Amino acid sequence: MNLTLRVWRQAGPDAPGRFETYEARDVSPDSSFLEMLDLVNEDLIAQGEVPIEFMHDCREGICGTCGMMINGQAHGPQALTATCQLHMRTFSDGDEIVLEPWRATGFPIIKDLVVDRSAFDRIIESGGYVTVDTNSAPDANLIPIPKETADLAMDAAACIGCGACVAACPNGAAQLFTSAKVAQLNMLPQGQAERYDRAEHMVEVMEEHFGSCTNMGECEAACPKGISIDFIAMMNKDYRKAKFRGRRSA
Amino acid sequence: MAATAPERSKRSPFIVELYRSALGKKYVMAITGIVGLGYVLAHMIGNLKLYQSAEDFNLYAETLRELLYPIAPEGLVLNLLRGVLILALVGHVVAAAQLTAMNRRARPESYRSKRDYVAADFAARTMRWTGVIVLLFLFYHLADLTWAVTPLHEAGDTVYDRVLNSFNNPASAGFYILANLALGFHLYHGVWSLFQSMGWNNRRFNHWRRTLAVAFTVVVIGGNLSFVIAVLTGVIS
Ligand code: HEM
Ligand code: SF4
Ligand code: FES
Repeated sequence: MNLTLRVWRQAGPDAPGRFETYEARDVSPDSSFLEMLDLVNEDLIAQGEVPIEFMHDCREGICGTCGMMINGQAHGPQALTATCQLHMRTFSDGDEIVLEPWRATGFPIIKDLVVDRSAFDRIIESGGYVTVDTNSAPDANLIPIPKETADLAMDAAACIGCGACVAACPNGAAQLFTSAKVAQLNMLPQGQAERYDRAEHMVEVMEEHFGSCTNMGECEAACPKGISIDFIAMMNKDYRKAKFRGRRSA
Repeated sequence: MAATAPERSKRSPFIVELYRSALGKKYVMAITGIVGLGYVLAHMIGNLKLYQSAEDFNLYAETLRELLYPIAPEGLVLNLLRGVLILALVGHVVAAAQLTAMNRRARPESYRSKRDYVAADFAARTMRWTGVIVLLFLFYHLADLTWAVTPLHEAGDTVYDRVLNSFNNPASAGFYILANLALGFHLYHGVWSLFQSMGWNNRRFNHWRRTLAVAFTVVVIGGNLSFVIAVLTGVIS
């Protein structure tokens, strides 16, 4: 199949950007979206031009590195699919495909389709862990956890930190990511000791970088891992309780 | 815990601390929104007396002034209620303005390509606009019926007369209809959204949130619009 790409090219963080048009010829419908970009880049390199910079690593949908706006949708048109797992058979011969980087103040553009997502790391650093001093690893079944709780925590833990939720949100809010990272620990017994500090700190660091949720649900629809906005409500509740609790004990 | 931990020693009053965060402002939006919901529902139900008779309707308006009288002085309860509503409205609008500014900062550059929304419906994306329309309408509505200083039509001596004069004027009736449609969209998203903001989420009941939002919107907006239509078609005269 043959496709026309309109790609956002930007030489550096402060450089002006613009769309450039490229032709992708003889693309196999079985190739992945990133393989298609690799081929376009090989052509560019052969012509002595600067290849399109994009984010990728595992290419199997588990690392959360890849991601771009494809035709106005984060990770493209297929639900529950990271960019690296998108295949060209999703498109038709002759399609025009528009590629843009994630756009949000919390995700400054580094180059072309590559953005800096270290604001997510700041959120994790502020509470996305449990503080335990371990020597040898503790016995796996030492703390009994009901199956439903474990399953729910696993649903939250499925977040790969790709940032599609922020990219898709009209408010540039990071509620879905942060709530998944809060909930995966706050639902488990091991997370209880720091539960409310975690909610408080992670929310406050999130708000330094990102916007405020208006419950539109775009994040959930864009998320390649199907993280539910139920976790956002859970985080709101834990944050409110954190504020009350501090009052009573301090 | 982390280096970002807020200083525990210098804490402001709870409500100030909560309000400082965007999440706290959302709690304010939701709680003041609930006050507003109670108001628009009660307002619609009270106005159903338009269908009884002019006397009943005017008596109802008069009785509002005398709520709990003679236990409380005349007008006291009504003015207290007004105070709560004004506070709620100011809180709602100020928080909305602050959060909107925050969201503009978080996404200063919009996407150049056409955004394809998947989940965000029209109501959710227009909350700010429908809110502003409702706010502007509120001033017109008070000038029209409470203060009786509308430029569009003759005022009238009783509340009942003023309602009829207002709805018989095409421009005035048009504004009522437009504002109610705007409020309808605002309620459709707001009633659903407040559960998320308040952290009221239970997978057993979540599917009822949309149903409740639709039912609430249909009842309130349906009732309000029926008054205008009843006057325009001469059912109430
Ligand atoms: C007067 C002008 C008003 C403005 C500017 C305004 C604006 C807003 C905005 C921006 C939101 C947040 C949208 C979101 O969470 O997605 C909102 C939410 C809401 N509004 Fe209003 N609004 C106004 C009046 C009203 C009135 C009169 C009512 C009550 C009938 C109301 C009820 C609500 C409710 C229930 C919410 C949901 C709260 C939440 O999700 O946290 N609003 N409003
Ligand atoms: S919540 Fe979903 S969209 Fe957001 S970072 Fe995690 S995996 Fe990506
Ligand atoms: S490259 Fe790892 S998830 Fe796409």
